[in-house]
Amino acid sequence: MQFDPFVIPFNIGLYFILIYAVVRCVLWFRDLSRADKLRLQRGFFGRPFAKSLKEIFMESLIHRKILKSNFRLGYMHMSLAFGWFLLILFGTIEADIFGTRHLNPPYKAIFFKFFNPEHGRNGIEAFYAFIMDFLLAFILSGLLLAVIKRFSSRVVGMKKTTRLKTLDKVALTSLWLIFPSRLLAESFTSAAYDTGSFLTGSLGSVFASFLPVNELAYPFWWLYSISLGTFFILLPLTRYMHIPTELFLIFARNSGIRTGDHYGAFTEIQTYSCSSCGICIDTCQLNLSTGITDIQSAYLLKGIRNNEDVKDIANNCLMCGRCDQNCPVGIELTPIRMIMRREPETKSGDNGFFEKYFPSHVKIPVPKTNGSLVYGWLPAVKTTKAEVLYFAGCMTHLTPAIKKSMIKILDAAGVNYNFMDEEGGVCCGRPLMLAGKYKQARELINYNSKIIKQSGANILVTSCPICYKVFRESYYLNIDVYHHSQFINSLINEDVLRLRFLRKKITYHSPCELGRRSGVYAEPKEVLKHVGRLQLTRHEDENAYCCGGSLGNMHISYAQKKKIASDAAKDLTRNNPDILATACPLCKKTFSPVTETPVADIAEIVAEAIILSHPDKKNYSKVISLKEPVDISE
Amino acid sequence: MKNKVIVIGGGTAGMEVAGQLAKHDCTVTLLERSAETGGHVRDWYHLFPDRKDSREVINYLENLIRHKSISLFTDTDVNDIVRENDFFVVRTSDGKELQADAIVVSTGFDLFRSERKEEYGYGIYDNVISSADLEKMFRNDEIKLQNGNIPSKIGMVHCVGSRDEKVGNVYCSKLCCVTAVKQAIEIVKRIPEAKVFCFYMDIRMGGALYEELYKEAQQDYGVNFIRGKVSEVSQDIDNKLITKVEDTLTGRPLKIGLDMLVLMAGMEMAESGQKIALSAELDTGENRFFKATDLHYGSNKSNKNGIFYAGTCTAPMNITETISHARAAVIDVIDYLNDRSN
Repeated sequence: MQFDPFVIPFNIGLYFILIYAVVRCVLWFRDLSRADKLRLQRGFFGRPFAKSLKEIFMESLIHRKILKSNFRLGYMHMSLAFGWFLLILFGTIEADIFGTRHLNPPYKAIFFKFFNPEHGRNGIEAFYAFIMDFLLAFILSGLLLAVIKRFSSRVVGMKKTTRLKTLDKVALTSLWLIFPSRLLAESFTSAAYDTGSFLTGSLGSVFASFLPVNELAYPFWWLYSISLGTFFILLPLTRYMHIPTELFLIFARNSGIRTGDHYGAFTEIQTYSCSSCGICIDTCQLNLSTGITDIQSAYLLKGIRNNEDVKDIANNCLMCGRCDQNCPVGIELTPIRMIMRREPETKSGDNGFFEKYFPSHVKIPVPKTNGSLVYGWLPAVKTTKAEVLYFAGCMTHLTPAIKKSMIKILDAAGVNYNFMDEEGGVCCGRPLMLAGKYKQARELINYNSKIIKQSGANILVTSCPICYKVFRESYYLNIDVYHHSQFINSLINEDVLRLRFLRKKITYHSPCELGRRSGVYAEPKEVLKHVGRLQLTRHEDENAYCCGGSLGNMHISYAQKKKIASDAAKDLTRNNPDILATACPLCKKTFSPVTETPVADIAEIVAEAIILSHPDKKNYSKVISLKEPVDISE
Repeated sequence: MKNKVIVIGGGTAGMEVAGQLAKHDCTVTLLERSAETGGHVRDWYHLFPDRKDSREVINYLENLIRHKSISLFTDTDVNDIVRENDFFVVRTSDGKELQADAIVVSTGFDLFRSERKEEYGYGIYDNVISSADLEKMFRNDEIKLQNGNIPSKIGMVHCVGSRDEKVGNVYCSKLCCVTAVKQAIEIVKRIPEAKVFCFYMDIRMGGALYEELYKEAQQDYGVNFIRGKVSEVSQDIDNKLITKVEDTLTGRPLKIGLDMLVLMAGMEMAESGQKIALSAELDTGENRFFKATDLHYGSNKSNKNGIFYAGTCTAPMNITETISHARAAVIDVIDYLNDRSN
């Protein structure tokens, strides 16, 4: 058996990281809820497994999503991940075929050149050596980009890159050293034996002309091994933990596990799957408009990993979900942030060295209402029976034009409805949830639930996407919840609402809570197409802006919110629409003061287009059939 | 040769400047973007604190600019101002190129568009009107609801578009408080059985005789002052305006059904003034009004030598202050012209 002491650091590192990864996965699995464990077990023997393998190949190795959005950055990630993967794969095959024996220990593949210096002189061997050189060159080109990115992120098409902690820097250095040291070690050995392909061979000959390559080769093989070993040992303490964790995450997600509002093993897996690539910083409007660059999701997750107090980071966010859409790993960033806004049950303490590898995390339980009620003084309300319940919501009461339009539409369509908060109602609870006050929110939810149940309605229509989201996800009601844009769309489709064409150019701004956070993109646009000419912008659907008026952020000033709003409005009205349409009273309120273009809610536009006296007008009669909204769970 | 001065804006300040400059031997061109001179005063009925008929002020100003050295161009917008050597060239919307030795900017203010505070329902509910609308009603002598009835419960909302970060105006317009008091008295005078409620954040009665008027409103006219901001307004089936407000002195939320709601619109830098600020590179402050070189002794001077400010284009002012500020601008212009010819 071929052996040399220099392979020891590599071996220690490799076996350490393999054992560590297994132990960590077992611990995570143990912490999953019973239902999630079952999901995972089922997923292992079903389609999710194949799907995960495909996803791991496409995303963890090829980095398809990053390639699509930013080629240079994608190339950097792909060359390092996919290149390294191929190098190991081909190295193993090489060692197996051309080595002295079959089924070698891993180090034989990694240090093949050292043990087989004569390899690659001619024929198939030379061709194989060419492939190996080519892969090394591929990785090195990515590494070059990575080094440049550290010093100037703009080169790879990024405006910002993440800041690192000390351990990350040590790990980063060892990662950077791996491939250059391999290149040099192989070049020196190749020069000594006059082998090597286009890269190591030619570089070796150059070195041989002025360097004592025979003596130099050995120390560089040591350096190569030490870099690998250091990298593996430090990996669990750094952001590179994302490499093994991401595999587990992809499998868990494909098995149907979601974050929910519980801080548990899955949240932790997601936290460790973040590679700090910084794409979330680039898409964040707080960065783009107000230059705030220390609160984005990459920093939130890093803070959670390091057991820091992340309250300020968690609270300083518009909760628009743009980063979720753009995260190449697909981490549920905004739901995690929602959890981090709540009060933790235990405080995080300082971790010892061992605990750094197996950190204990804070517990953040889902609060329940118990004991004394904060809103116990709210009066009991009696409702009349109705088929459809209309809940305008606080923000709609502050934008009465929308409320008035909705009443006109409901009346024109002959809907048998009951205006639940006509006299002013109780808040839906979402603003409190956004502020981390789940317990208080639950009280309001219970209060409203009683009223809704009493009414006997089958359908709840709301004008506010903020209410819509919470009604749909956090109320345990046997009732269909619709945003008014969906309801109007169904009224049009059922032909109980006749509209004329307004001959206006309309640009639609998709509200965060309705679009990205609830998955309703199509219906509002369908409605608008009935009444006007819909102009598309570069910010449709998932790419929509946040208006900046978010209830989710109480940290930034009005001036900063206004800056975000006016930047967004400016971009949205670039092709001079007659109306900037939205489907959210808060978006309307935020955009109105910052743009010359009239801003209107869909309901207002539809109300203007209503043809009132229609001769054979059918009245809205039965519960209409609507497609189930897309399920995106929080 | 006589010095030529162009005055941009024919409201109170512009007319006063033009008249006084003409008296001091200047040739004045007065540019007004609307069809008539007089500015906002023309829309007002009575002026506080003495309830003087605004037409008296208009008459005074019109007499002042009836002068052979003053040429008036109405319906004329200013496109830009360019300095060429020693003089200025003003290009107007109708293609004129006017030359002048000095320029006085008196573009005044715009009344805050109350539609922007949608929660108050201006333009949505029938009987929500602005303070300017109420003045028109006074002038036409018919304070009526949309359906022709006489209102009996009337609310006045202070600080609409003033001291409101959400609309981007942090400053106090300072005249709306006294306007509300004046209008409240006027309403009770005309409809003695009417109940008037003023919803205020702070009552700012800083001018001469304002405080006396405030006292009079409470003692003699029974106007109710409620300290609290209106949060939202809705309309019930009888067209009553259900107004939600917190009485912060008793710490109680209130809900009042009113017949009519009057919004005390604040003052904002005129849009036409902002256009001029951009084209002539004149400094503006955080509040968007023109920024004078010194708040204490240079309140008429701009950052461009030879361009001066008069009136409410620099800050909210009442008529008295506007006329004083305009007269002060005249002194600065004459100083500038004298210095130049020496």
